[in-house]
Amino acid sequence: MSDILASATASKGAPPPVPDFPEDEPLYESRREIYQQSVKGRLRTIKWAVLVGCLAVYYFLPFLRWYRGPNQPDQAVLVDLANNRFYFFFIEIWPQEIYYFTGLLVMASLVLFLMNAVAGRVWCGYLCPQTVWTDLFTTVERWVEGDRRERMMADAQPMTAAKIGRKTLKHFLWLMIAWWTGGAWVLYFADAPTLVKDLATFQAPMVAYVWIGILTFTTYSLAGLMKEQVCLYMCPWPRIQAALTDQYALNVTYRYDRGEPRLSMKAAAKAREAGEPAGDCIDCRQCVVVCPTGVDIRDGAQLGCIQCGLCIDACNSVMTKVNRPLGLIAYDNDVNIDRRRQGLDEVYPIIRPRTLAYAALIAAVGLVMIYGLMTRSFTDLSVLHDRNPLYVQLSDGSVRNSYTVRILNKRPVHRIFVLAVDELPLARLTAVGISMTAGDWPVIDVGPDSTREVIVHLTAQKPADLPPSSRVTFRITELGTGEKVSMSDHFISR
Amino acid sequence: MAVQPEIDHATGRTTTGHEWDGIKELNSPLPKWWLYIFYATIVWSVGYWIVYPSWPLVTNYTKGVFGYASRQDVTRELDALKALRAERAGALARTPLEDIAKDPTLLTFALAQGKAAFGDNCAPCHGLSATGSPSFPNLRDDTWLWGGGIADIHQTIAFGIRNADDRSRQGPMPGLGGPNGALKPDEVITVANFVRALSGLPTRQGYDPAKGKELFANNCAACHGDEGRGNREMGAPNLTSRNFLYGSDEKTIIETINLGRGGVMPGWAGRLDETTVKSLAVYVHALGGGQ
Ligand code: SF4
Ligand code: SF4
Repeated sequence: MSDILASATASKGAPPPVPDFPEDEPLYESRREIYQQSVKGRLRTIKWAVLVGCLAVYYFLPFLRWYRGPNQPDQAVLVDLANNRFYFFFIEIWPQEIYYFTGLLVMASLVLFLMNAVAGRVWCGYLCPQTVWTDLFTTVERWVEGDRRERMMADAQPMTAAKIGRKTLKHFLWLMIAWWTGGAWVLYFADAPTLVKDLATFQAPMVAYVWIGILTFTTYSLAGLMKEQVCLYMCPWPRIQAALTDQYALNVTYRYDRGEPRLSMKAAAKAREAGEPAGDCIDCRQCVVVCPTGVDIRDGAQLGCIQCGLCIDACNSVMTKVNRPLGLIAYDNDVNIDRRRQGLDEVYPIIRPRTLAYAALIAAVGLVMIYGLMTRSFTDLSVLHDRNPLYVQLSDGSVRNSYTVRILNKRPVHRIFVLAVDELPLARLTAVGISMTAGDWPVIDVGPDSTREVIVHLTAQKPADLPPSSRVTFRITELGTGEKVSMSDHFISR
Repeated sequence: MAVQPEIDHATGRTTTGHEWDGIKELNSPLPKWWLYIFYATIVWSVGYWIVYPSWPLVTNYTKGVFGYASRQDVTRELDALKALRAERAGALARTPLEDIAKDPTLLTFALAQGKAAFGDNCAPCHGLSATGSPSFPNLRDDTWLWGGGIADIHQTIAFGIRNADDRSRQGPMPGLGGPNGALKPDEVITVANFVRALSGLPTRQGYDPAKGKELFANNCAACHGDEGRGNREMGAPNLTSRNFLYGSDEKTIIETINLGRGGVMPGWAGRLDETTVKSLAVYVHALGGGQ
């Protein structure tokens, strides 16, 4: 090893000096307060709409009612942990059907991939709870303390009673929103109107208050105090997104082919007169001051940019004022920048193998899920053969096998089933605790939305006529509807 | 000899001077709050040491001011479980034995409790799966020495068989062989073959069925009945059954006739509480398919 190093250094001469880490270079960085300036424009309008929509769903969905029948919860979306049920409008999911969630999660990630392939970090910029709540908190901040300039000036000045008052009001409002956020969260886990009443009268379970406390704390600190720090340092998604993008994905892009060389308005006018190149960017930094993460989009696509598009709106208003074409910053990509520089037409291949593949996968998973939901059975049967002993010989020489039969009734009504076995002639079936029979078969009633487990004994009169192990099919038939479900197992005769 | 930090051209940021295969590490300082959270966790851990058991000492450990011990959690959870079960256990105690199976919830509860109690108390003799072994009855078949109805089973479990308790099941099988016995050795063999024939087993050559029948009628039928179907009052087994408690081969049957049998079982009424005995009866009754 040292030989290699020696020869390497020998061939190149003296090794370059390794710079000492300078003493005055700090190892840690303080957060730079970002005084985000308000902005108006098309994308800002879209963002408002998304914000209002998302928050309305989050805060009010638990109050939406959905009738499911008597003695059934009538909350449209409910996670009933105590009874192991998840209700989503017309869907009711049992714990053993958790694969629906798997499908949902697979689909959600595929949708994220697709959004990324089409228009970059749409999730980060518009839909992520961190973005939505931070936007909300910043709006409150602006409402109480004023826009960028006022806030900067106030912060530069010494504390006054008025300033303390404004800051207190801001934090109070933030805490109230955070508290309501936590409050809405717990409503998804119990009947919302009842829980609201219980919470108000301090009758609610401890765990509800604890969760409200936790979510108040996280909302207040993440959306109020941490803001962009979450995106810059805590969130893995910016790192993953970078790996999902390609050269055709539309990202918020500063079109430097048009913008450079950036010159002040006067300098640009002079340069144009002299026939020298002048870019459209007037270096007014409006794109930087409206940015929620405080980055300069003119440095190119970067981890800090959540692609909220606000700089597009800001720059467009500047371009309107200086009478230059809009879209100096726009959803675009480097491919088009290169093509424009070469005098070629821009291309926007939204439909390309990558997006098609994602769309096809989404459709496939969606279809499988829909198929699963459509054909979801409301009756299930499971049969478990006793393992020890496998069979028992009775006094008259006949042989008996025992099984545990479990019937699932996923309908909200009482149902009655006849349990029978096929393929085993001369067999007698008895069930422990069941006295009702139809013909010779036990009749089992199962309560609404529940399961019933029954021990059954299956006896064959002439075991000598049977193979050592023969197949038997247990079948339940609902009285009335005739709905059938069957399940195979084995009968061991010796 | 500090050298000016190098500036990366692409980003305009300083580098740390570390370089791998031409790739230089940018100087990206950590945010301060990150550091403060790290300090906060250290302070938090000191709090932990104070309130919770933590430091090992030579023979002991620091107990912490909260006096926390995980054992207390177990006790609390067990108590909570008992309280949770109290309602069902009460219902079980109130419900007559015959009616337990009519209530699915109660039945499930009794079966679960019975299974656990069986494993703890009965399995050593009857086996974990209740299939018994020679001398210890199989409780899964339909051969019941003292009756397979739920009340019979409950009686047997509560007071046992041939023990000192007056309420226990009584009924001896005397030895009929030996020098002073009722039967001579060749008669014992004949009776043994008669018994085997009763349950459809082959007999030895030269066996005289008429003699066997006569000897059985004179010596055995008082308890086992004229047709050998037994008598559950005295625990006299049904000899037409395929299932033999001690074994159905000729040698074992001869031994049984010669020496008699007197298997015992302890009564559980005093050792286990009322509801447990009830649950056991329900469980055993369910195992055997009941009668
Ligand atoms: S807002 Fe537009 S014109 Fe102003 S600095 Fe940014 S890119 Fe240049
Ligand atoms: S650079 Fe522009 S798109 Fe990116 S986060 Fe800032 S304002 Fe949003």
